[in-house]
Amino acid sequence: MSDIKITIIDREGQRHEVDAPTDMNMNIMEVCKAYDLPVQAVCGGMAMCATCQCYIISDHDLGERNDDEEAMLWEASFVKDNSRLGCQIPITEDLEGLVIELAPEE
Amino acid sequence: MITTDILIIGAGPTGLFAVFEAGLLKLKCHIIDALAQPGGQCTELYPKKPIYDIPGFPEVLAGDLVNNLMKQIEPFQPGFTLGERAETIDKLDDGTFIVTTNKGTKHHTKIVAIAGGLGSFEPRKPTIDGLEKYEDKGLAYMIKDPEDYRGKKVVIAGGGDSALDWSIFLADVASEVTLVHRREEFRGALDSVEKVEELVDQDKIRLVTPAEILDINGEGAVESVLLQHNDEAKRMEVIECDAFIPLFGLAPKLGPIADWGLEIEKNAIKVDNTLDYQTNIPGIYAIGDVNTYPGKLKLILCGFHEATLMCQSAYQRIFPDKRYVMKYTTVGGIDGFDGSRKEAEKAVVKKIGNKQNV
Ligand SMILES: Cc1cc2nc3c(=O)[nH]c(=O)nc-3n(C[C@H](O)[C@H](O)[C@H](O)COP(=O)(O)OP(=O)(O)OC[C@H]3O[C@@H](n4cnc5c(N)ncnc54)[C@H](O)[C@@H]3O)c2cc1C
Ligand code: FES
Repeated sequence: MSDIKITIIDREGQRHEVDAPTDMNMNIMEVCKAYDLPVQAVCGGMAMCATCQCYIISDHDLGERNDDEEAMLWEASFVKDNSRLGCQIPITEDLEGLVIELAPEE
Repeated sequence: MITTDILIIGAGPTGLFAVFEAGLLKLKCHIIDALAQPGGQCTELYPKKPIYDIPGFPEVLAGDLVNNLMKQIEPFQPGFTLGERAETIDKLDDGTFIVTTNKGTKHHTKIVAIAGGLGSFEPRKPTIDGLEKYEDKGLAYMIKDPEDYRGKKVVIAGGGDSALDWSIFLADVASEVTLVHRREEFRGALDSVEKVEELVDQDKIRLVTPAEILDINGEGAVESVLLQHNDEAKRMEVIECDAFIPLFGLAPKLGPIADWGLEIEKNAIKVDNTLDYQTNIPGIYAIGDVNTYPGKLKLILCGFHEATLMCQSAYQRIFPDKRYVMKYTTVGGIDGFDGSRKEAEKAVVKKIGNKQNV
């Protein structure tokens, strides 16, 4: 397996094209943190804080939100139809070329 | 005014263990935490989850680790100011400090140890205009003392464990409990959800879902809330109540500590040495998740280590002329401030023979 390229738009509108490994059991939140992007990830990836909320800009099919993700997004702010929790999205080869934008901080 | 040797800001694992290490050096500690209970992230975020990397514990639940830490520091009788946020700090001419909380409680201390983790846990507030004017006047974001609600009409909003647990608890204390949630599904332990269902059947809790509280009304204090049912008709309803408690989770914020003149880097307090974790202001230390230095790891284990070194340095600062030699607890035992003493059993076999003496 190899790295894929994903684009992360930060809260200032700056685009970061980063390499994300598909063989390290990483998720989008962890990739953001690995590149020092300002994602707090207070709950460490347990779908309990929504500080990793992002908007999916490209038209990749990420499947349904899982129950925990869905429940957290009911309580979070700035939620849109394309909101997802980065910590609940594993990096797979299907995500090559994914573009996401970090949601504003609460 | 509360007086102490070391004032610890933050009752997470790091702050709690600092009490133990300070106690070995006969230094008294007092702890402030914005939350109503000790434990920091362990209690607030993952009390029922196992931790696997505490040395000597192949597996320990975060909540149990905190209970054990509380038991371990019992002999050193720390004071607690809970449910209050450390807000301001003043340095006096003699080098001591006064730390005041958002509720005005003053603490006079020789040393300040900031063990504030990711910051003070602040409640997520609902978006209701003029919310602030009802705070502490019937509107609360956490329950400090359930007795405050005895015989009162209470409306709780939220869909997580806290909202479920407090609805269950207050069902026997308050005169009326209404639980309001935006969705029909709850995100909590299954047995809590079942218990709420049971209490709803017994008319001890009124459950209103899916619905949202849109407004608070009252002259000087909460008298009622305006609720919107999220059905087709978007029906409105006024619920008379004495208390409104939205429990929408907590988000940590470094908050007022960021304005204390300390060097801050990426939301953490810079300590320019790993010798004792002192900040750029002498007498103020930063330990655990709240600090940053080259190679920093945010792990409980590292917080314990930092707390230990901090206490040794604090001792030297308080008693510059005294010499102290670190002792193993196995050898020196523990002398609690409550007069208790723990020490290893002596095991000298004096004589082997008929009259064996142990
Ligand atoms: C889901 C999850 C899993 C984890 N798993 C592990 C693990 O397996 N192993 C491990 O070693 N670590 C783990 N951690 C990290 C670990 O929890 C932290 O390293 C640890 O809690 C840090 O302890 P602390 O005492 O420094 O800070 P915290 O636990 O963050 O406690 C800080 C306390 O300070 C209070 N506070 C802050 N500012 C103020 C103020 N101004 N006034 C009053 N109070 C204030 C806060 O309310 C809080 O209670 C995990 C973390 C999470 C979120
Ligand atoms: S890191 Fe907390 S919800 Fe994703």
